[in-house]
Amino acid sequence: MYGGGYIFDEPNRVQQREEQLHDDPEKLAAFEMRIANGEKIEPGDWMPAEYRRQLIRLIEQHAHSEIIGALPEGTWITRAPGFKRKLALIAKVQDEIGHGQLLYNAAETLGKSREAMINDLLSGKSKYSNVFNYPAETWADVTVIGFLIDAAAIVNQVANAKGSYGPYCRALDRICYEESFHLKQGHDAFIELATGTPDQKAMLQDALNRWWQPIMHFFGPPDKASSHSEKLMQWKVKMASNDDMRNQFLDAYVPKIQELGLTLPDPLLKKNEETGRWEYSDPDWDLFFEVIKGNGPCNKERLDVRKWAEEHGRWIRKALMKPGTFERQALPVA
Amino acid sequence: MNDSLDPRVNRLTLNKTDDPFKVEEGENWNVFEVFHQEKRGAHHEHVGCVHAPDAGLALVFAKEQYGRRKKCVNLWVVRSADILAFNQEDEDMFANNLEKTYRDASGFKVMEKINKFKAKAK
Repeated sequence: MYGGGYIFDEPNRVQQREEQLHDDPEKLAAFEMRIANGEKIEPGDWMPAEYRRQLIRLIEQHAHSEIIGALPEGTWITRAPGFKRKLALIAKVQDEIGHGQLLYNAAETLGKSREAMINDLLSGKSKYSNVFNYPAETWADVTVIGFLIDAAAIVNQVANAKGSYGPYCRALDRICYEESFHLKQGHDAFIELATGTPDQKAMLQDALNRWWQPIMHFFGPPDKASSHSEKLMQWKVKMASNDDMRNQFLDAYVPKIQELGLTLPDPLLKKNEETGRWEYSDPDWDLFFEVIKGNGPCNKERLDVRKWAEEHGRWIRKALMKPGTFERQALPVA
Repeated sequence: MNDSLDPRVNRLTLNKTDDPFKVEEGENWNVFEVFHQEKRGAHHEHVGCVHAPDAGLALVFAKEQYGRRKKCVNLWVVRSADILAFNQEDEDMFANNLEKTYRDASGFKVMEKINKFKAKAK
């Protein structure tokens, strides 16, 4: 599901810019020409150090988001209302874990091992989409996640699937295909509550009110506040600006929420028909950065559960090791 | 007791020790490339890879990962380290000489000759 539009950047960019200066200018020109012509970059190709670093960061955080994102939804598998909803939720959670695997593999082609990525997640060095640091309190939360968070992620992933790095695009094509089911089942469950009893409707409205700010946070800070996306856009690592993606999401989904008689907790939210852009109150960006730093309601639980799984899975990973298989190790080839 | 909404999480003993946990390099096994056959008679096509301790389990994981949707009648796995490929940067060696009509079906105009022969025979 879950490529958050916002990708956290470690604060060591200065050193990387130095490295960038050492890229062979002739090779760099050929590389940029190739991207400008719409060609894909493949793992064995020459690429600038900064391109590699940014892609690892992007794909790795996307992978972590898939895995961590399965936790709040997984919570509700045992309590999903009815057999069909339970089957669908199990299938969706399995898909998300599968997406995590596809993305870890794509990131590995750039030279970082899956073990190193998992360690960086557990140590807090590498981030995941901020929305998963909030709890899924009721079944209505699951429908809001399944419908609106998945929808937001699809906006981002469909854009990224047209990017320049071959293995990431191929993984995203597969992911987007499966996401269409996630979105549809989420919309269906959302509509069921919205058109149900007064209690169901109230439960959904409450979930929507609580999730609206994290959803507005999803695509990251406004363009005027983020400084370094020009090069990433030229290299087709980032395919659309935060504000453009947010606008595209609002355009497609606000009407789908309002047509069900639900309201959104922002009195300023409206489309400016002249500019075609949505206007809204600024979400609390200080809170956003506070949650990224680790101080959200669920950050600790998510990482603790992840660590528990790694600790308790170790014995079986070791038990399955067979001599011979590991004589030659390699990263994925494509 | 943890303070989670998830009863399953509350049953776990989280952070038994405060030691940071580190996955060792190689602990996630080896990498296998996966090839998927959509129907009988079709080629096996590369679809991605899986991490597995051996080829047998790689097949099991590949079925879970690449065979749970869409049609699939067979899968292959092969250790990524065993794939031999040309260097991506040497792609220019595949550039075709445009004068290669001698190895192309379009380079042989049989009908022209047959028509000429038939015209002459009349």
